[in-house]
Amino acid sequence: MSEPVLQTSGLTKRFGALLATDAVSIDLRAGEIHAIIGPNGAGKSTLIEQICGGVRPDAGRVLLMKKDISALGRHARARAGLGRTFQISALAMEDSVLENVVLGAIGAGAGPWHFWRSALASETLTDRARSALSRVGLMDRHDRICATLSHGQRRMLEVAVALTLLPRVFVMDEPMAGLGADGSKLMTAFLDDLRHEAPILLVEHDMDAVFTLADRISVMVHGKVIATGTSAEIRMNRLVREAYLGDLA
Amino acid sequence: MHLNETALNGAILLGLLSLPLYALIVDEPYTITLMTRVVILALAAVGLNIILGVGGLVSFGHAIFFGIGGYAMGILAYHAQTFTILDFGLFITDGTRLMPVIWLVAMAVSATAAFLIGILSLRTSGVYFIMITLAFGQMFYYFAISWPEYGGEDGLSIYVRNTFPGLNTLAPIQFFAICLVLLCLALYIMARLRRSPFGLALNAARQSGIRVETVGIDPVRLRLLAFVLSGTVTGLAGALYADLNRFVSPVMFSWQFSGELIVLIVIGGVGRLMGPVVGACVFVALEHLLGGLTEFWLIILGLILLGIVLFDRGGIIGFLTGRAGAHV
Amino acid sequence: MSVILIVEQVLNGLQFGVMLFLMAAGLTLIFGVMGLINLAHGSLYMIGAFAAAATAEVTGSFLLALAAALAAAAAAGAIIEVTVIRRLYAAPHLNQVLATFALILILSEGTRWVFGSFPLFLDIPDILSGTVTLPGGIQYSLYRLILIATGFAIAIGLWVLIERTRLGIQIRAGENDREMIAVLGVDISSLYTLVFALGAALAGLAGALVGAIQSVQVGMGEPVLILAFVVIVIGGIGSIRGALVGALLVGLTDTLGGVFLPEIFKVFMEPGAAQRSGSALAAMGIYVLMGGVLVWRPTGLFGVRRCI
Repeated sequence: MSEPVLQTSGLTKRFGALLATDAVSIDLRAGEIHAIIGPNGAGKSTLIEQICGGVRPDAGRVLLMKKDISALGRHARARAGLGRTFQISALAMEDSVLENVVLGAIGAGAGPWHFWRSALASETLTDRARSALSRVGLMDRHDRICATLSHGQRRMLEVAVALTLLPRVFVMDEPMAGLGADGSKLMTAFLDDLRHEAPILLVEHDMDAVFTLADRISVMVHGKVIATGTSAEIRMNRLVREAYLGDLA
Repeated sequence: MHLNETALNGAILLGLLSLPLYALIVDEPYTITLMTRVVILALAAVGLNIILGVGGLVSFGHAIFFGIGGYAMGILAYHAQTFTILDFGLFITDGTRLMPVIWLVAMAVSATAAFLIGILSLRTSGVYFIMITLAFGQMFYYFAISWPEYGGEDGLSIYVRNTFPGLNTLAPIQFFAICLVLLCLALYIMARLRRSPFGLALNAARQSGIRVETVGIDPVRLRLLAFVLSGTVTGLAGALYADLNRFVSPVMFSWQFSGELIVLIVIGGVGRLMGPVVGACVFVALEHLLGGLTEFWLIILGLILLGIVLFDRGGIIGFLTGRAGAHV
Repeated sequence: MSVILIVEQVLNGLQFGVMLFLMAAGLTLIFGVMGLINLAHGSLYMIGAFAAAATAEVTGSFLLALAAALAAAAAAGAIIEVTVIRRLYAAPHLNQVLATFALILILSEGTRWVFGSFPLFLDIPDILSGTVTLPGGIQYSLYRLILIATGFAIAIGLWVLIERTRLGIQIRAGENDREMIAVLGVDISSLYTLVFALGAALAGLAGALVGAIQSVQVGMGEPVLILAFVVIVIGGIGSIRGALVGALLVGLTDTLGGVFLPEIFKVFMEPGAAQRSGSALAAMGIYVLMGGVLVWRPTGLFGVRRCI
């Protein structure tokens, strides 16, 4: 079994009376998709925010390739190798599709401290951006303003921006949400290949996609991970059946 | 029919150049002075436009840098004209009347002030940023009033306009030319800056701070640098303005002036390259025409402003080009 | 430097502080409930002062003058809320700043048009002028003492209003969850007008009360408005308690700094230079205080820390 690329140990976050995550320890290994599932309010989003640096945990650590990144802010974690996509698209809506992806290339490359040359005239930046766009099938829309894209296209654009970062780990918050059946199928096929580039920590409500894709699944309920295992193991797990199906199980 | 923005920009600059030349021919020096005022206000607003238009942060304290530029000129020229020594502990000088030196000092001090204020105020955002910049502006205003060495509330008069090697700055058209060249230079830098990786990232940070963080860029550092650049340009404008009037006073630090700078930008079009220039033309024209009509012209200005805000059309440039968004 | 001077200056600082509180409370309430930054709040202060001065001139009654100030400011507040402000709640901050800046221009120049550029004077009524003797034999202005008492009474009144009444429940609900109060069947636009008028009335009252110890003139509101912003940055946006603590801190810092900094400087400087450096530095005192709070707690002493 390979070394974990991303690992959390004992991540705990309390909001007032609510224990959003309760000593969550999970890991993500090279080449795998590890899905986090659980009912609404189980603490999945808080977990992701703690991994990506948006929420400071009360206790616990986050390790990326054995390096403790717990003290870093969002941007520093991105530079350390976390490539994230959002549940609700967080794109520069007034900018063009290409500009959004070029921004990723800027962040991953030499950074924004260049003031004279045009960003869109730089081949280093645009080549990287264009190759990410063609991988998600948005090349023909590169000059569209982001706000005019469909929901599914914005999702794909989010992924393209993450691709330009060449991350060590992808952290994806509900990439399937709001995609139609065809969109989900495309995204599923895409993620299936992507795991070989970098492992994916996937939070997702679309159970078809999760059970098709995930090498391992962790189930969160009330801030706790109650089970981790392969899809077959999770299907059979008594605690999970109780959590999802209540007394019927 | 909507106009092409590039053509419109060219026409604006041409107008800015030809009106004073016409005034020179028909011998109306006052018009040249008025146009110089337009150019200097435009330069100050070009500075503000970096942080406000591209960065999306409403600085209500840009009079700070305008005033600092003004006092940098005032203090240096005052010591030169009184043959006294300026002793700041670290360095001792007997002042100067050379514009390029004054400009450099004005920009350096403005940049330093912007850096310090930026570090404090960018710890927050949104309305906090507005209130804090407004408050720091007031701090400088009261400091200038209670600083008697340089005139306190009465300000400082400089008897002769400062000099520029090879030019006669006392001739209105020559001083105008200096200001116009500096404005064009600032506009050129601004145009490059907006398309550069820095400009693209700053523009994205305005739309979504999380987005730039997610690609590994610290938005606070982007904004801090933008604020420093912004203050530096406005500081240069302040030095020119003081030289135009040969007078500096705490009024240059006043919150009203900070407000007027924002108004200039909004009239012209937020985030547009030439927005500040158009805004300055319209503002000075209104001040001149309405001010001649009634002493309560600010009421009319207020009503116009309300109209612009409540029926937002992206300022005059947005209205003429038919594009409300400030997309580059 | 005597104890008497210290007590006197502390009282002056408190008096200044509670008046700032009246301004800051309205601003912070309006921001907390409606999310609006209102630069024209200083104009409402000015309107209160002018209404009071004009009424006192005609009727000679200070109480009627105060009533007029409250009524005029509340009415002006309600009118601008209905005509302008309510279109701005969902607008970006830049639009709020510009529109309320435009209102300052209109209201200030409008007032100048009606009353002229010369300051008006509002006299303290005879029964309230003069001094009282405090324990320890300190003579202090009765009127200023009454201002302090009024300020604290209003602070308590606001606390009761917000914590103990139906309106207060609605206001707090509005701060937390705008959709919720609509669901609860509260007429949200009347609630907003009411809150705005309440904030305006507080500003108008402050203007009238302070107008009796300073001159009443166009432009008197904005310096106070900006100080109220400093108060809010220190206290934390949306917090009435923060507004009170911030206002007292600012009032005391400004008053005590102005008097004592030059004195302290005289210990190690020659008097003339000490006076100059001391007052120049004192002019910056509250902003240094604000900077310190920003470094220590960027969201203010009682501000809410956003978790994401």
